[in-house]
Amino acid sequence: MFKLERRPTPSKAMVVLTPVLAVVLTMIAGGILFAILGKNPFEAIRIIFWDPLFNEVVASYTRPQLLVKAAPLITIALGLSFGYRANIWNIGAEGQFIMGAIAGGAVGLAFYPTESVLIFPLMVLAGAIGGFLWAMIPAFLKIKFNANEILVSLMLVYVAINFLGAMVTGPLRSPVGMNFPVSRNFNEYPSAYNGELIANTGLHMGIFVTLAAVIVSYILLKHHIFGFQVRTAGQSPRAAKFSGVNPNITIAICLGISGGLAGMAGLFEVTGPAGKLSTNFPLGYGFTAIIVAFLGRLNPIGITFAGLLMALTYIGGELAQFQLSVPAASIQVFQGMLLFFMLAVDILVTFRIRLASREVA
Amino acid sequence: MTALLSLSGLTKAYPGVIANDDVSFDIEPGEIHALLGENGAGKSTLVKMIYGLVRPDSGTMMLHGEAFAPPEPRAARASGVAMVFQHFSLFDALTVAENIALGMENSPDTADLTEQIIEVSGKYGLTIDPYRMVGDLSAGERQRVEIVRCLLQNPKMLIMDEPTSVLTPQEVEVLFKTLRQLSDEGTSILYISHKLDEIKVLCEHATILRRGKVVGTCIPKDETAKSMAEMMVGSKLRTPKKHYTRHGAALLGLHNLWLKSKDPFGTSLKEITFNLHEGEVLGVGGVAGNGQDELMLAISGEELTPAHAIQFKGEDIGQLGPNPRRMRGLLTAPEERLGHAAAPDMSLSENAFLTGAIRQNLTHNGMIKTAATRAFAREIIEQFDVRTPGTENDARSLSGGNLQKFVIGREILQKPDVFVVNQPTWGVDAAAAADIRHAILELAKNGAAVLVISQDLDELMEISDNIAILSEGTLSAPRPAKGITVEQIGLMMGGTEVEHV
Repeated sequence: MFKLERRPTPSKAMVVLTPVLAVVLTMIAGGILFAILGKNPFEAIRIIFWDPLFNEVVASYTRPQLLVKAAPLITIALGLSFGYRANIWNIGAEGQFIMGAIAGGAVGLAFYPTESVLIFPLMVLAGAIGGFLWAMIPAFLKIKFNANEILVSLMLVYVAINFLGAMVTGPLRSPVGMNFPVSRNFNEYPSAYNGELIANTGLHMGIFVTLAAVIVSYILLKHHIFGFQVRTAGQSPRAAKFSGVNPNITIAICLGISGGLAGMAGLFEVTGPAGKLSTNFPLGYGFTAIIVAFLGRLNPIGITFAGLLMALTYIGGELAQFQLSVPAASIQVFQGMLLFFMLAVDILVTFRIRLASREVA
Repeated sequence: MTALLSLSGLTKAYPGVIANDDVSFDIEPGEIHALLGENGAGKSTLVKMIYGLVRPDSGTMMLHGEAFAPPEPRAARASGVAMVFQHFSLFDALTVAENIALGMENSPDTADLTEQIIEVSGKYGLTIDPYRMVGDLSAGERQRVEIVRCLLQNPKMLIMDEPTSVLTPQEVEVLFKTLRQLSDEGTSILYISHKLDEIKVLCEHATILRRGKVVGTCIPKDETAKSMAEMMVGSKLRTPKKHYTRHGAALLGLHNLWLKSKDPFGTSLKEITFNLHEGEVLGVGGVAGNGQDELMLAISGEELTPAHAIQFKGEDIGQLGPNPRRMRGLLTAPEERLGHAAAPDMSLSENAFLTGAIRQNLTHNGMIKTAATRAFAREIIEQFDVRTPGTENDARSLSGGNLQKFVIGREILQKPDVFVVNQPTWGVDAAAAADIRHAILELAKNGAAVLVISQDLDELMEISDNIAILSEGTLSAPRPAKGITVEQIGLMMGGTEVEHV
């Protein structure tokens, strides 16, 4: 028999080890899944985790894609991590991502075809504001009426999706798009296009913003009083209030940061990798970023690795879909398992497993 | 006569600390046996082993002459061992009967149970109405619910952990009567308390633990409280000396403060008015739950009040939050150490930063000065004799008394002009309590004003210049502590008028 025993202090080693353990468990469970589907599990795991990085045939395409996919995940997850540390649960980053893309994209398209170096920065700002304002709705409702931010922010995702549909069939529909529900292509508008800075690297402007966000988040969390207040608010709300932290301001700031970052990520995505606003634009980054945030232990460095890993499962999953014809849903199952195992092994941080031999008498 | 419960060689080690080291003693049937020791001496671990919450690494227990090794509390209860915890495990929103039913293995139907509750409570003088909502009960009444719950299981042995810390002196009398009655009927009682005077009058034997070991036994009625305390600590105690001084100008004033409690089971404050002067220690007595928490929140700035209702050095501060008040020199230490005064999962240096950030100047452009913060935490640890391996240990890892010293030290080292503290020595051992009281008196001697909210009347009499009683949200007029008797205060606490004393 096994027995769980509370550790005297949470294990620092386990904080680092449990994400790795979760990945290993996901590989094993995923392998079993593929075996049941009649595929060679070792080949499937290799295609998902190894080939995108090291297979010479595909790596020239997949390596840059890794950055392109990881950047929005990391950016959004960083924003979410502040709220999650403070027990403020923004589940609607997907909606803020979409609204950022719409707001920033609309500002750019309004200037079409004027060319200026100021247009893109303006669009980034508008994207951030779009996401910020969208996140302010659950913030306001929580502060004013104590409405549950999980429900409000989640429901606002679907509002945002429908708003996107209305925009691309209405005011933002491309005049040259043959009546398809899409906006103008940003790659036809140089001032608003977020292209690759160096060909075949995947490097675009958004990645620098991601990098800056990682560094700033790290400093804020570890060394700034704001990070301290967020952590205290999450761990012991009454102690936080006693130390002078205003809970309402914390709610507004945390939702604001995550909304702003998600909005910016949306803008970089729509003007670059996606290329245009369309009803196909939402890819679920805002939801996947929730997994990234937890897999990265709400720590900026951890989130960076987790974002890269999650991007790998996206790309590897596509490869597996293509080469082994596994169903598209299997990659989502994969990502789901990752969060599932992460939450499950999390218990090892505060508990340890003991053999309960002697004590059963 | 064979012992009811016989412990021999009980040892339990946790990583880095031996909580119990070869503990042996016997409890006779019907004996009231006291377990004494400082915080962290291993009392809790020992009773947890008897109650099946923790299993010993080695050693044996015998109950009725048979081997006894309960794997869980249910087994201990089945063998006739019951326990009343220091912290009650009751649901506010359920009735007394429902709460009792929830805690029973095979609870009878409600009508039967209600009848049993009335019968048992009548028999032992523990008046309790089974239909009342627990949230509406006083702490003393809640304890009765817990005791009745135990008694319904016909225990042979009852463990009580700090039972009197929440009771008025009159309620303590009732409790002792009940315990003596149980003892006469043959039930043994293992009684844990810091209140040595109570142990003297109640208990027949005492076992003293220090650092996990049995360091002595005594017959309490042959000892003095001081001699028992010294056995616990292993050294001589210093008794704080109160010097009555003349008081200076009013520093903190509350004027006609009404505050509605945000807690549905809390107590709203009514018309609170008093002035606190330089060099004065004002003791606020009363049973917990009579508005103490609300008063604390209003003074600390966690709850805002009309601006003029609270004045500090002549300035209206009722609308200022905690930090502006700290800046002005008004510091507070709330009752609940873990979760309110300190964040349990944060290190001591982070907890030093929690309230010290402003007055100790621990930030620079919003960045935390790590070295200065650690130095402040170390200063607290050294000056207030907080026993911990270092500043980076979690607050949770400290024993109650050590954390309390840390919390009090953190505020006192910030040199407050007015210091308000709720239950400064609650659950703290005699030596630590003496240190804390000494620190409070030193503070007042140096000109600060101190407001001490406490349920411990002896403590209030020992350190206060003036005493007022908080009862159902109303504060009596402060009167000089000199010459007042515990009985008089006790009567005021119970809500009974004592106009003509």
